[in-house]
Amino acid sequence: MTDIHHLHPHPHPTAPDRDGPQGYYQALEIAVRELLIGKGIISADDVRRAVEAMDARTPAQGARVVARAWTNPGYKARLLADGTAAVRELGIEMATTRLIVVENAPALHNLVVCTLCSCYPRMVLGLPPDWYKSRAYRSRAVREPRAVLREFGTELPEAVELRVHDSTADMRYLVLPERPPGTEGWSEERLAALVTRDSMIGVTRCRA
Amino acid sequence: MSAAAPAPRFRPGARVAVRRADPPGHLRTPWYIRGKAGEIERLCGAFANPEELAYNRPGLPAQPLYRVRFRQREIWPDYAGPAQDTIEVEIYQHWLEPAQ
Repeated sequence: MTDIHHLHPHPHPTAPDRDGPQGYYQALEIAVRELLIGKGIISADDVRRAVEAMDARTPAQGARVVARAWTNPGYKARLLADGTAAVRELGIEMATTRLIVVENAPALHNLVVCTLCSCYPRMVLGLPPDWYKSRAYRSRAVREPRAVLREFGTELPEAVELRVHDSTADMRYLVLPERPPGTEGWSEERLAALVTRDSMIGVTRCRA
Repeated sequence: MSAAAPAPRFRPGARVAVRRADPPGHLRTPWYIRGKAGEIERLCGAFANPEELAYNRPGLPAQPLYRVRFRQREIWPDYAGPAQDTIEVEIYQHWLEPAQ
């Protein structure tokens, strides 16, 4: 590297520490975790494994599900009838929640939010984006959803019904986007690469 | 799981209203939907009552849980979108009553 910047005699500023003071819930989490480990109910390695497994889940899981539904009408029918059972066919376990898959159509667009907290179909999409958890998205997605979509670059025609799904309880929601035109004959793998996280939340559509 | 869930009171398509209530505790019925009328979209099954689970009680008998569909214009009088826009919310049976 011949970066002239690094030849300057002045010292680099160090990256600022972003650790704030420990909050109430952080302290609570640490206390409960240490008690559970101390009493031998779970181990530190159990906690680490659970975090690792959570971090390993990505929207690629959901994309596989969508691509399978696009290419296999029988699978799509099972997915819409019972999302939990259909994703299990692809090796995805919903654990304590159940999955409802909602299908976009030319006259219907679906959008998912959790106004009460930030319920999200983590088993199929991984961790939620920060904006999904923001107070602004959680309140505006029900109050003025078309304005929210516009800010995500999605113009919804007036003739299309916009259906917002508020995940208030035990269900989780996955949007089945419309298959983009011009993708006839594509393989499942190639189709899956088109399916983005945001299209499965419903803030955008899939494009080829 | 000894206590049997009460029988579902509502069928898909039934017109229902969300109770306008404000009890203390952990509630999963959003404020904006209380007092509003909608239509049963589907019965999701029976689930332990989260208002009890939150206090480490068993939450039994499990409550039937529904998807209820509302018209946006009936929720927000100044809703800016077209008349066909809807919102669906999960509501436990004990928050619902028949509506006209």
